[in-house]
Amino acid sequence: MWRYMGRKLGFYGLTFVIAVTINWMIPRFMPGDPVRSMLNRASISDPEALERMTTYYNEVFGLDTPLHQQYFAFWAGLFRGDLGVSVWLYPEPVTDIILRHVPYTLGLLIPAIVLSWIVGNHFGAFAARGKVLDNTLLPVGYVLTATPYMWMALLLLWALGVMGGFFPTAGGYGFALTPSWSWPFFLNLVTHWFLPFLSMFIVGLGGWAIGMRNMIIYELEADYSNYLQALGAPRRLIRRYAFRNAMLPQITGLAVQLGTIIAGALLTEIVFTYPGLGTLILRSLNNNDLFLLQGIFLFVVIGVLIANFIIDIIYVLVDPRTRVQMTGGSS
Amino acid sequence: MSNIPGAPGAVDPATAPEPVGERKVSETLHFARRNPKLLIGSGIVLGLLLLGLIGPLFVTEGPNVYIGPQSQPPSSEYWMGTTSFGQDIWAQFVHGLRSTFITGALGGGIAFVVGTTVGFVAGYKGGLVDEILNMLTNVVLVLPALVVLIVAVAYLDVRGLVVQALFIGLTSWPWAARAVRSQALSLATRDYVDLARLSGRRTWRIITTEIAPNMSSYLVMSFILLFGGAVLIAAGLDFIGLGPTGGVSLGLMLESAVQWSALQLGMWWWFIPPGAAITLLVGSMYILNVGLDEVFNPKLREL
Repeated sequence: MWRYMGRKLGFYGLTFVIAVTINWMIPRFMPGDPVRSMLNRASISDPEALERMTTYYNEVFGLDTPLHQQYFAFWAGLFRGDLGVSVWLYPEPVTDIILRHVPYTLGLLIPAIVLSWIVGNHFGAFAARGKVLDNTLLPVGYVLTATPYMWMALLLLWALGVMGGFFPTAGGYGFALTPSWSWPFFLNLVTHWFLPFLSMFIVGLGGWAIGMRNMIIYELEADYSNYLQALGAPRRLIRRYAFRNAMLPQITGLAVQLGTIIAGALLTEIVFTYPGLGTLILRSLNNNDLFLLQGIFLFVVIGVLIANFIIDIIYVLVDPRTRVQMTGGSS
Repeated sequence: MSNIPGAPGAVDPATAPEPVGERKVSETLHFARRNPKLLIGSGIVLGLLLLGLIGPLFVTEGPNVYIGPQSQPPSSEYWMGTTSFGQDIWAQFVHGLRSTFITGALGGGIAFVVGTTVGFVAGYKGGLVDEILNMLTNVVLVLPALVVLIVAVAYLDVRGLVVQALFIGLTSWPWAARAVRSQALSLATRDYVDLARLSGRRTWRIITTEIAPNMSSYLVMSFILLFGGAVLIAAGLDFIGLGPTGGVSLGLMLESAVQWSALQLGMWWWFIPPGAAITLLVGSMYILNVGLDEVFNPKLREL
């Protein structure tokens, strides 16, 4: 078990190094000069100011030193929590801006992932009960996973927000309120949170239901199910065993799907202008704030790696085979 | 976004198709014709494809030209209404559909080529090569593709369909590589492959003539899933304004609808059709895939 964990940690470490390297390489090895195009898009007409800003940004980016020095400086800054200074919200550090937005994204993501995973799994197991049920629920599940996150968000926003008027249509909390630890503010927060959450939940549901349905059918055809059936075990018992065995691949599926779900959360936030990382990405793109964009990239990658590691730990706790190895049993 | 957990393409190696010496084509066709999922799914996909191919030919003006009255609901003259600038949404829709198919085919195709190559080599060669390729696959698999793409595409000054598809293809292959690897692993130890190896044939020949044909149905299904994934990722990129510059696509239509507050103005004809087309296309591809799986995999037919 410790060897397993060590290998996993090593893998995540390597992935992190590669991600940081990619993030460092993109502005430096893409065709064209990033500083020049950033300034071009900001349309500064005075040539002298342009010159000064170019030198300034080159210095901030550290583009005026040899490549290997730039690379190590990048890492050193990273460990100090220094991701540079935002261009758009100058002179606020990128790290501070990101930390201000992260709670909203997490508040949206975690409930949506956990609930859609649990409900979807039960739904899928339920769908595998009979042919008629399967044939009606299966296409619905596939259409749901095929729905782009932002479109589901747009539909809900339009139907329940704009037309119905049941929920606020934008922002993380009412414009008239200042954040505080009080009931009215909390309730306001929840009403703003609900629609983005719901749209992510619905899209996620379909994928988990289908995955579970496929796994359950496979497990119900396995030898142990047939054996139990031959022994005359009640169908409920067989289903319970099948369900438990089908859960393991679904946990792996959770790890694999994480990147997709996070991307979905970012797109959903943009529709609702929810003040999380997604909206921040859009703002930094619109304001040509490439420092901020790169900072968000690193944050998301770190988040994905931590989440994957947590899923790995859960997997060890749930999977009896890894536990056997842990206690030194034969493997 | 190409991986649905446990989707037909992602089944365990345990359910790997048995090598079929001579599959009776007529039998396959027989089951294909009787499978409603396959028929409905492929019908919708083909219908949309035709619309994307033929539709633009009947649209005289370009998709982004201001031609008509502004903010008109659908009518006999403007089938899907107009935008708040007086652009014909029908024209944008058919052109967008066409570019959706192009990005899907190109992006999915590139991912397919990279993924299957990596998967075959890793699964067949084994040993150190497998270790390294597997590590690479897992690293790319963990990184969130869309976020990597956002950063990469943000630095491009001129963006086009092909560049977008290339980037999508290069980030979304790992899932296919993994699936193909597990299949190739199980096939590589079969007797007939050993025989071919003993007879001294080149690795590449063995992969293309002995292993690949035995998992052709599996490969077709992987491509369909990658196609659908590429369409969804492209729509996401377009939606945040990183779409092809000066072009038109279904994702860009959604973006401009949101940007010019079509929702608040109640112009549902601006944002419903593009999203519905993406959902319908990708959804029917997934359903078509289930149908294909049932046709090729006799075990599933009995359910």
